[in-house]
Amino acid sequence: MRNIFLFIRRYFNFLFFVFLQITALLILFRYNEFHEAVFYEAAHEITGRLGGNYNNITYYFRLKQTNADLAKENEALRNRLAENFEGPDTSQRVYTDTLQIDTTTAVQKYVWRSARVVNNTVSMQNNSLTIERGENQGVRKDMGVVGPAGVVGRVVSTSGNYAVVMSMLNRQFHISSKLKKTGEAFTVHWDGVDPNYVIMNNVPKIIPVAIGDTVVTSHYSSVFPAGIPIGTVAEVIDNKSSNFVSLRLKTATNFYNLEYVAVVENTMREEQKALEDATKINN
Amino acid sequence: MLRSLIRYILFILIQVYLLESIPPLHRFIVPYFYFLYILWLPFNMPRISMMMVSFLFGLTLDYFVHTPGLHAAACTLIGYLRGFLVSVLIPQEGADQNYRSPSFTSMGVAPYATYVIILTLVHNGYLIFLEWLQFGSFWYFLGKVLATSGISLLLILIIELLFARKERFRTNTA
Repeated sequence: MRNIFLFIRRYFNFLFFVFLQITALLILFRYNEFHEAVFYEAAHEITGRLGGNYNNITYYFRLKQTNADLAKENEALRNRLAENFEGPDTSQRVYTDTLQIDTTTAVQKYVWRSARVVNNTVSMQNNSLTIERGENQGVRKDMGVVGPAGVVGRVVSTSGNYAVVMSMLNRQFHISSKLKKTGEAFTVHWDGVDPNYVIMNNVPKIIPVAIGDTVVTSHYSSVFPAGIPIGTVAEVIDNKSSNFVSLRLKTATNFYNLEYVAVVENTMREEQKALEDATKINN
Repeated sequence: MLRSLIRYILFILIQVYLLESIPPLHRFIVPYFYFLYILWLPFNMPRISMMMVSFLFGLTLDYFVHTPGLHAAACTLIGYLRGFLVSVLIPQEGADQNYRSPSFTSMGVAPYATYVIILTLVHNGYLIFLEWLQFGSFWYFLGKVLATSGISLLLILIIELLFARKERFRTNTA
């Protein structure tokens, strides 16, 4: 027993070092379980507030760009108004993008909330951003985040007034998407190389793809509404040994100058998920 | 003490709001200089508190860039290795008693440069190694360590030249 104490005393520095290393690595590799353990929520509030103050200054330098983006988004939205469309004959009707439960009421499936970006990284391998809107304002984990031009990311953790968003430029981010022209759905992810480009893998060669084709979110995503731009095809990477090609997409969103984003809530996600989980258990 | 605290806050803020927000020149180049704080900690600090401060310092940066544990692990490593390096590289017996903290004047130009270069390589190497465990190839790892360390050393050199710390010779009587 005495020897053990002597050993510990002798190598206390080293043991303490090993202890700190293990703590750090556990926090790193067990990211999700340890949020509470390392006061992550309290830290969000502090770093979020600091980021907000800093953003108040840098905001002015980007006002022009932000304004242009918002004007462009408004224009796109105006063009989608139902009043713009007129059926050339009486058999054609225009439907608004809402889910019908019964014939008398239309139910809003997606709720949008705008939020200001207060902290944003693009230089890491796992990038994230902080937005100034949290649980108190209705933001929950796993909601989608959309910028003026297209998809930005997904909420991964929240505190009272702030939320941290895993940006599309993150190794762990995967999104169900489809080619707008032909409608096939594939998964898009980031390869960590260039913040302007994301990758779409395993596209069969029989699908005609041209440079400049638009890729949008698919109907299979339970986080995003369908049809939100993700990017445009910039390069078709041919793999000679297989029947598939990879597409390199120029992201619709410019991650360098994000100022305002919208958090989109799927009000039916819980229901869909509960049903899917229950089915999974039964089988 | 107060100076250390101000430095702590300043280094974190500069790293987060200046260096992290520079659009990346290349995927290999990430400008890191914040760990210079650990290199500048005083000689007479006990090793336990040195490691504790390094850990907290790394964790603070982690909270800002949302990578909990990553920088903390690398900082703890250099906080631990620092003591050994200082005792090997110190030119004459007792220099660590006569000066406050490592610098060109207290350690001499060549030993101090060696000290900074080794710890920079260790810090960046370990940081990028942890990243490499999750993805990437060996060449990616090697290229990124070298490019990032080059930029780090350049930044540290600029800071050392711009903000020369006044190291006074301290006698035993003082």
